Amino acid sequence: MERSVVFSGFGGQGLLFTGQVIARAAIKDGLEVFWIPSYGPEMRGGTASCTVIVADHPIGSPVVDQFDAAVAMNLPSLRKFGPCVAPGGLLIVNSSLVISQTSARGDIVELRLPCTELAAKGGDDKLVSIVALGALVARLGWVTPESVRAALREISAKKRPEIIDADLGVFAAGFDAGRVGVAA
Amino acid sequence: MTDTLEVGGGGRPKSSEEEAKRRARVLMKGNDAVAEAAIQAGCDAYFGYPITPQAELLEWMARRMPELGRVFVQAESELGAINMALGAAATGARVLVSSSSPGISLMAEAMSYMAGSGTPMVLINVMRAGPGLGGIGPSQSDYFQATKGHGHGDYRVPVLAPASIGEAMDLTVDAFELAERYRTPVMVVFDGILGQAMEPVELRFRNPARRTFDWALTGAAGRPARVIKSIDLVPEVLEKRNIALQRKYAEISRHEVRWATESMEDAEYVLVAYGTAARVARSAIEKARAKGIKAGLFRPITLWPFPSRELARVARHAHAILTVELSSGQMVEDVRLAVEGRCPVGFHGRMGGLVPTPDEVVGALKALHGKVERTREHEREEQRKRQHASAAAPAERTHRAEADAPARGHALANAPAGRRDGGER
Amino acid sequence: MTLNPNPELPARPGAPRLIYRKPDVLADRSTHYCPGCGHGIVHRLLAEVMTELDLPAHTIAVAPVGCAVFAYDYLNVDFVEAPHGRAPAVATGIRRVRPEAFVLTYQGDGDLAAIGTAEIVHAAARGERITAIFVNNGIYGMTGGQMAPTTLLGQRTTSSPTGRDPLLMGYPIRITEMLAQLPGVTYAARGSIADASQIGKLKAMIRRACMVQIEGGGFSLVEALSNCPVGWGMTPQESIEHLKGPVVEAYPLGVIVDRALAAVVTEPGPVPDPRAVPADGPAPDATAVPEA
Repeated sequence: MERSVVFSGFGGQGLLFTGQVIARAAIKDGLEVFWIPSYGPEMRGGTASCTVIVADHPIGSPVVDQFDAAVAMNLPSLRKFGPCVAPGGLLIVNSSLVISQTSARGDIVELRLPCTELAAKGGDDKLVSIVALGALVARLGWVTPESVRAALREISAKKRPEIIDADLGVFAAGFDAGRVGVAA
Repeated sequence: MTDTLEVGGGGRPKSSEEEAKRRARVLMKGNDAVAEAAIQAGCDAYFGYPITPQAELLEWMARRMPELGRVFVQAESELGAINMALGAAATGARVLVSSSSPGISLMAEAMSYMAGSGTPMVLINVMRAGPGLGGIGPSQSDYFQATKGHGHGDYRVPVLAPASIGEAMDLTVDAFELAERYRTPVMVVFDGILGQAMEPVELRFRNPARRTFDWALTGAAGRPARVIKSIDLVPEVLEKRNIALQRKYAEISRHEVRWATESMEDAEYVLVAYGTAARVARSAIEKARAKGIKAGLFRPITLWPFPSRELARVARHAHAILTVELSSGQMVEDVRLAVEGRCPVGFHGRMGGLVPTPDEVVGALKALHGKVERTREHEREEQRKRQHASAAAPAERTHRAEADAPARGHALANAPAGRRDGGER
Repeated sequence: MTLNPNPELPARPGAPRLIYRKPDVLADRSTHYCPGCGHGIVHRLLAEVMTELDLPAHTIAVAPVGCAVFAYDYLNVDFVEAPHGRAPAVATGIRRVRPEAFVLTYQGDGDLAAIGTAEIVHAAARGERITAIFVNNGIYGMTGGQMAPTTLLGQRTTSSPTGRDPLLMGYPIRITEMLAQLPGVTYAARGSIADASQIGKLKAMIRRACMVQIEGGGFSLVEALSNCPVGWGMTPQESIEHLKGPVVEAYPLGVIVDRALAAVVTEPGPVPDPRAVPADGPAPDATAVPEA
């Protein structure tokens, strides 16, 4: 098994962080993982992305042509990564920001989630990427939700302990939304 | 320790063995992991200057070294950094410097001085795309610089090239050992991807035993004064110094060559690649095998000394070799020197900060495979014709005919072809 | 005949008394320097001061590129050779890993004031606890007398054959005054090797600069104005006269800053107008040098 996901959106939406959460969860599940950010000027232009590869064997190429899943938190990300999702793959689109545009692809699953609203429901409307993470984990099951929760606790405990409850709440909201496939 | 080094609970229940393995692995960024490995290896002093994509290494050192009462200096330039390293290393301290390609160019002068004067030091190059200011994307275009003489003069430095973050940690520690054993600067090179990526690593650190240096500058109390220098204006004396250096390099070449192979047992086509390119090659091999091409990987770990003899042995049995690099084709020159025409050598590379995809490499491999198979078929045909003719002719004629036959692979190896479409060079 | 090894002790009446001897730290060999060159005097002063302050056994010194590259042949202390201009960076590395060592750099004007400006400025800015000896003879001696950043206006060198023209070649740098602006610099002074009196004052400056390091001060620098008879195309005597005249006029002697004493003793002199014909004004006041 080797699976890849790209998280993409505006800087500040927590995409690199979310990628690290799934990477840490993968380690807890005994998997191999590779996390690579887009680095450099691109980062400062306002878009940020990171790719996470999860596998049950040593990971070869860090470069992926087609992603098994993509999370597009804004319109530029949808345009950039929508076409890169492998047939049969999953595309999660933040419908709070991407109102009407779609990938217009019939060969993938496009899950549109109002991330801001769901995050607010979970406890903090800024944690939009955690919503996508929850839905991704619910849909694909590459890593266990227990490991993701443990990873969230671990990271937040160090940096922002006051936010742990919101992290877990938002993750749960995303997880539920992913399971039932909330339409925007 | 920092939060990055913490290991937490959770996850699927596992056997105790798996549990222990899981517990020992933490997610670390390449630049951070290498910095911490150097610290745990007893690095006394770090000197650096900010440059993408290695800045995190400098930042890690800025935080950790003072915590431990060790030396961290952000220099005024890469020139400043490498010369501070020269001074500190001359006193016998374990010293690390890191930079990225343009900064490494500035360090060439001092590297030559250190090689000439026998000053041990470890220099990490987190390579980015050039030439000039170039870009910040991953690259392996500093292969020539690292292996063929970075600065002026007849010298070499051992060059270690890891393909994963864990290996980068191990090789950084080994680099200190090599530097001190042979009294030479040592380089560790990897590209921006390994510097910026995060991978699970095992936190098993090693602090190599300290040697007593009979050359270190400590103040001449109770002994004659020592001088660390590279100058000798008498040609005969300077030649002797050079001969001694070359002996040292011969010894390093005898004892320190490292390489790794994968899927080589039945491989007919061999991918030669190091660092990130080797990981791409690994994925390509899986795909190629699924398409019926028996491919294997030969991965140089020491770029100098280059594993020439080992590769030559491989070439004896290979149908063809494809070298994959994040450059215009630099290591491929060493591959050809090692292979000496034993089999065709192709090349596939990307430049400018791009990384070849596994599919691209498979494409290049298929093209090479097709050409080689056609040539082999042609040769078999020729062979059959010759055998037919030799039935009615003296034996020596056959012998001559064989000698006149073009060496297999030459035409292929020299055939001009577009690179992007996977042609060899 | 045995000499009294210690001139401080009273000698037997009539016995020969030692009034001058070679410091042990000075190697027992003749130098490669040209006849009349001032480097030998500066070496000698350094050797005397280091001996008096009991420094040689824990000194780590940095040799430059230039005529003084062979300084390690004449001073019996641990030495490392630095690439051209990089001595202050090399010394920084030594200083940081060897806090107990006495760290000394010895550089010429091409080395320190041209190719090595970044290194000297930043070592000074960081207030590195090192002592820098800067021998300024206004020329690249070792490579055959080319123009240096400190070459005087109008001065002929092999690379300014018609004389240094400020419009094409810029102006001389008073780098010691520049460095003295930096708070990391505890002591900066300029002396000369022109005559016995100036040599005595130069020694006092070198001694003070070493004391600053010993006492835990910051960066200390002594510029020694020196001559280069061969490079200047003069006899040694003429070169000394030139040194006393136009050179000192362009580079005023004295202590420029001594922050350990919390006092600027001498303000940098006025920068001469390069367009004006060199004036025969009075020599700058050099009386402000404190006695050791």
